[in-house]
Amino acid sequence: MLTLKILAYFALILAVAKPLGAYMARLFSREKTYAVERAIYRLGGIDETKEQSWTAYTIAMLVFSAVTLFLTYVIERLQHLLPLNPDRLPAVAPDLAWNTAMSFTTNTNWQAYSGETTMSHLTQMLGLTLHNFVSAAVGIVLAIAIIRGIARASAKTLGNFWVDLTRCTLWLLLPLALVSAVLLASQGVTQNFHPTQQIKTLEGKAQKIPQGPIASQEAIKELGTNGGGFFNANSSHPYENPTPFSNLLEMFLIFAISAGLPITLGIWTRKPRHGWAVFWAMAILFLAAAFVATYAEQHGNPIHQRLGVARSDGNMEGKEVRFGIGDSSLFATITTDASCGAVNAMHDSFTPIGGSIPLLNIMLGEIVFGGVGAGLYGMFLFIVLAVFIAGLMVGRTPEYLGKKIEAHDVKLAMLAVLILAFSILVGTAVAAVTTAGTSSLANNGPHGLSEMTYAFTSAAGNNGSAFAGLNANTRFYDIGLALAMFAGRFLMIIPLMGIAGSLAAKRKLAEGVGTFPVDGPLFTFLLIGVILIVGALTYFPVLSLGPYVEQFLMNAGKVF
Amino acid sequence: MNSMKDHLLISLRMTLVIAVLTCGIYPLVVFGIAQSVFPRKANGSFVESNGRVVGSELIGQSFTSEWYFHSRPSAAGYDATASGGTNLGPTSKRLADSIAAAVEAYDVHSNVPADAVTSSGSGLDPDISPANAYAQAARVAHANGLPVEQVHALIKQHIEGRFLGIFGEPRVNVLRLNLALLRVGPAFQPVPLRSLPLTVDGGQAGKPVLHEGHTVSR
Repeated sequence: MLTLKILAYFALILAVAKPLGAYMARLFSREKTYAVERAIYRLGGIDETKEQSWTAYTIAMLVFSAVTLFLTYVIERLQHLLPLNPDRLPAVAPDLAWNTAMSFTTNTNWQAYSGETTMSHLTQMLGLTLHNFVSAAVGIVLAIAIIRGIARASAKTLGNFWVDLTRCTLWLLLPLALVSAVLLASQGVTQNFHPTQQIKTLEGKAQKIPQGPIASQEAIKELGTNGGGFFNANSSHPYENPTPFSNLLEMFLIFAISAGLPITLGIWTRKPRHGWAVFWAMAILFLAAAFVATYAEQHGNPIHQRLGVARSDGNMEGKEVRFGIGDSSLFATITTDASCGAVNAMHDSFTPIGGSIPLLNIMLGEIVFGGVGAGLYGMFLFIVLAVFIAGLMVGRTPEYLGKKIEAHDVKLAMLAVLILAFSILVGTAVAAVTTAGTSSLANNGPHGLSEMTYAFTSAAGNNGSAFAGLNANTRFYDIGLALAMFAGRFLMIIPLMGIAGSLAAKRKLAEGVGTFPVDGPLFTFLLIGVILIVGALTYFPVLSLGPYVEQFLMNAGKVF
Repeated sequence: MNSMKDHLLISLRMTLVIAVLTCGIYPLVVFGIAQSVFPRKANGSFVESNGRVVGSELIGQSFTSEWYFHSRPSAAGYDATASGGTNLGPTSKRLADSIAAAVEAYDVHSNVPADAVTSSGSGLDPDISPANAYAQAARVAHANGLPVEQVHALIKQHIEGRFLGIFGEPRVNVLRLNLALLRVGPAFQPVPLRSLPLTVDGGQAGKPVLHEGHTVSR
């Protein structure tokens, strides 16, 4: 049954990748402009006929992100003066407001707050849902621009940021979100504007039950790999994720767009088999992680089993009965393969090996399908490194789809890889040696190190899930993690766009006999190898001191 | 070449346009459809008993009386404004201690269904596993003066299966099971409920969205 769940889910993703990839290829290369698009361009003051160089495209993206960041900060700070605040929540404190604005702008959706008691309906709907759409759209259009850079030759431009943004929002995100939101509401995800309801339970105790426009936010939260929950408990909360069907839908939405993008890459570069080679590298890494996480959780915790807990039930701490071991472990794998960060079970309470899978997934760069757009452009870094290494092995100048990969491109790719590792490891190291860092821990022993590592990994990887025992709403973590999120998003994107601009400008060479093929199983496994070697070299020490040593301690029955 | 001022101006205008689409029109369209097609679900899946709202079938609540089936332990104490798990890790002493205490307090003390002694992720899990329900059946049957077979039958009726036979896990909704118990339990005396004037607050502009409160008569 556990195996069947993983395979059935994967079959669904496999089935949707091609149609969705082809749809995106058509959407972003369409010549015709529809009337509604033209109306938006007029309102926005955009000249849709003009394409942009990689620098102009990047600057437009950065300015747009800064404007939306600032807007969300202002809404949070002024929510007590604004409408749609039926529970009369006060203004969000400055540190937290800054952390949250950065978090949603960077598609991280790290939440150092409890949604139900901190954010008004307006803040949720405008300040946060806006970013659920635009940070996702920004990720997707960046990937589209980078694919253009790969596919074009002797070109100066990568497309028009505003045109791509508009099409992505109008014809990709909105329709999918709308249908999914209605399906979620059919399962019991609420969509209303009521204040918190007060009831008396069957035993006569008072219970306050918050309400809100959850379905509309939930759909885009998963589809845009955002992950910021309406409630503190995120997708484990029954109002966010009430049934096995809603859970399947949410898992499907997280991967859908990202699974389509490698196919889009294949179509535009006229090398469909290259697209599939990348897809399968992602698929193999996904399946391996899903099986390890699932069976680690099913194996359970010997410490608890010795106390009388049924051996066959696995580790149910932090998991919902309706999802059990299988659908919780699968969700945890998917949400961290992608940069989603929604959770339907508490990763902090996973077994050490089970919990190391989400951590490792983010450390590898969330390139297993990955965040919308971000997954593909993250994978592109490893593709550049893979062809570079293949070039070294055969002693030729590396080529990628007819373009020479030169020192300049490889340096930029390595810079992006190092920025992620630097943000994670330096951030964790600072936290581990300061009181400000360690005083927030909820668990002692190696698990405490895992909590801090997870926080900086999640922030730098723009994931947003957490080992949530850590109290992250302190000045140290609010500011430190916001910086990690900024570095992980924008400092990654700039070198990547630089490579795309450089590739677009290159001439296309004819393939020779010495060209390393990028469209078969050999390339798929080379790519996986490069990803695992870079990941292992960088993160093995910290993983050994955290989850791996904890697994041995757990088996030995040691508690802290 | 665009100047920075142009970028800024376009960004502001596009933010506004996209906000209207994604934060105004989109949630309102979802609101309109959900409220007209599945109003009960869109409004929180509240359930009534004897004309009063006794909770939401999606939001777990705590049961302590011996004549009810009990929900799982909860890090939130079933306070729906404080959702969340314990976040205690696998080698946490606190977690091991609390599981040991829960095993001690449970109906059986070996081969205990894991969900009966662990806390959920949300702290609001509305369900228990069928094994957990069956393990409580003897106590519940005794407290209500019902034959244990009848309680078993009731549990069986309330088991929800997997989606397509694959996704999710079999489960029993505790509130619905206890409500069903109320309907069949002949010797049942809901002491804590007697004569409580139970009202439901809320609704916009003072208008109750749920039903008016009733005095429970039994």
